[in-house]
Amino acid sequence: MPETALRTGQGGTDRLNRPRSSVTTSAHGQVEGDPLIDLTQVAYSYGGAELFSDVTLALSPGSFHFLTGPSGAGKTTLLKLCYGDLVATAGSVSIFGTDSRRMTRDDIARARRRIGIVHQDCQFLDHLPLRDNVLLPMTVSDRQDEGESHVDDLLAWVGLGGQSSLLPPQLSGGERQRAALARAVITAPDVILADEPTGNIDWDMSQRLLNLLVELNRLGKAVLVATHDLNLIRAAKPQVSARTLRLRNRRLQTAGADL
Amino acid sequence: MKVRIGFLLSLLRGDPLADRAVPPTGYTARITTVTSAAMAILAVFALALALATERMANRWTGELARTSTLRISAPPDQTAAQTVAALRVLETTPGIAAARALTDEEQRALLSPWFGPDLPLDDLPMPRLIEIEEDETGYDPTGLRARLVAEVPGAMLDDHARWRRPLVAAAERVRLMGLAAIALIALSTTAMITLAAQAALYANAQVIRVLRLVGARDIYIARAFVRRFTLRALGGAAIGTATGVAAIAVLPSGDVAGGFLTGLAFSGWEWLLPLLIPPAAAITAFFATRGAALRALRSQS
Repeated sequence: MPETALRTGQGGTDRLNRPRSSVTTSAHGQVEGDPLIDLTQVAYSYGGAELFSDVTLALSPGSFHFLTGPSGAGKTTLLKLCYGDLVATAGSVSIFGTDSRRMTRDDIARARRRIGIVHQDCQFLDHLPLRDNVLLPMTVSDRQDEGESHVDDLLAWVGLGGQSSLLPPQLSGGERQRAALARAVITAPDVILADEPTGNIDWDMSQRLLNLLVELNRLGKAVLVATHDLNLIRAAKPQVSARTLRLRNRRLQTAGADL
Repeated sequence: MKVRIGFLLSLLRGDPLADRAVPPTGYTARITTVTSAAMAILAVFALALALATERMANRWTGELARTSTLRISAPPDQTAAQTVAALRVLETTPGIAAARALTDEEQRALLSPWFGPDLPLDDLPMPRLIEIEEDETGYDPTGLRARLVAEVPGAMLDDHARWRRPLVAAAERVRLMGLAAIALIALSTTAMITLAAQAALYANAQVIRVLRLVGARDIYIARAFVRRFTLRALGGAAIGTATGVAAIAVLPSGDVAGGFLTGLAFSGWEWLLPLLIPPAAAITAFFATRGAALRALRSQS
């Protein structure tokens, strides 16, 4: 990853690798510390039907998780609980140390500035050029000037340096996924949540996106990737020490050697 | 209050990037501008009506209140003497500027609309009418009546209060109707801008989803809509006000033909009052859009 893409002009501080007091290094060489997002015995019901229950998951700095499971198992819902888009029907979800039930709408908005989110159907503001779309998280948090200094490097990092003036509808599926990743990391978030990030792209592009996520994880970011693409998980194994979790039969389980 | 002022200032300053986050929506933009323009025209007309009626009420109140009529109904051989006695009483009554007996011709002119021009006034036992003009201080009708009973037994004082009251009440009601029309126009403007803002918000549901995903607060999203709708309402109302004032200005003036219908134009400082309509429309749009936006954002969560 080009260093310039991830550095600000302020004293050369690496934006994506801010030191944290509680961070330690695990036996796998990963940087881990207090959970940034902590789900404890969480259940979620929709329309009276329980989607899952007794889900416990901690996303600590430097952790890398894959979340897999059949369609409709609740992977997207679990991710939404992690960024405060939904509220658990039982158990507790702590986002950066605050129970999500006690968070105001403004609290959730501020928390999302520390969470980079990548969806399968990445949505953009179609009337704005790619560059402005990637800058959007900085714009809404009044850090536009700060973002301006490295947005071009970031676009180059995801391989979209030449497309910055294009409108999102002019981009291919893979380009949109990479643009979504650039937008997700421009605020130097602590956590990256990716929901089927490789759903619409070919294998080569999937590999490239995975490499970007692994690079971010090496910089201390907590990464959670929801995917049903087992090949992607297998491909990641040599590169990163990732835990693979599976949502099945309404429970979250640790995936075994069948992967 | 501090927050409100800060919000207003930031609204006026504007945030080009926040504005750009919401795509231009021609449909709601046109609705807001056209509605504001139409409502501003109606507001100018209602204002003109209210002011004209107020002027009319003031004139009726002033002119009728300053004049009275004394009727001498006495046997024909005593009418002249009682008229002289009545004029003497009136001359010495404080608050009366002038008093004079109407001539036969003047009395005939007053009656001719009902009885025709060939009225044989000499053959009829007609009372003598005395026209009284008050000065600025006015007179005491009760005291005057008491003196007349004693000195002029055939005199009957009519201070026009009986006629003036319903006229003034009617004028006051018409003026209130004009003001009520302005209030209704403001309410309708609020409702239409609220609906247009809601339509814009629902049309931009994806934009709102994206903005929320990247950490935009509700107030940031609302601001983009509020500023846009406020400026549209201001612009539309300015156009409407100019059109309405121009229409009022080309009305025939009161001194051409006289009367209420030709006296609808503003007069003097009143021409400045329509200038309040565009800022009032903008303030209305500001609060209507802000309320609609925050409500819609809460319901879309």
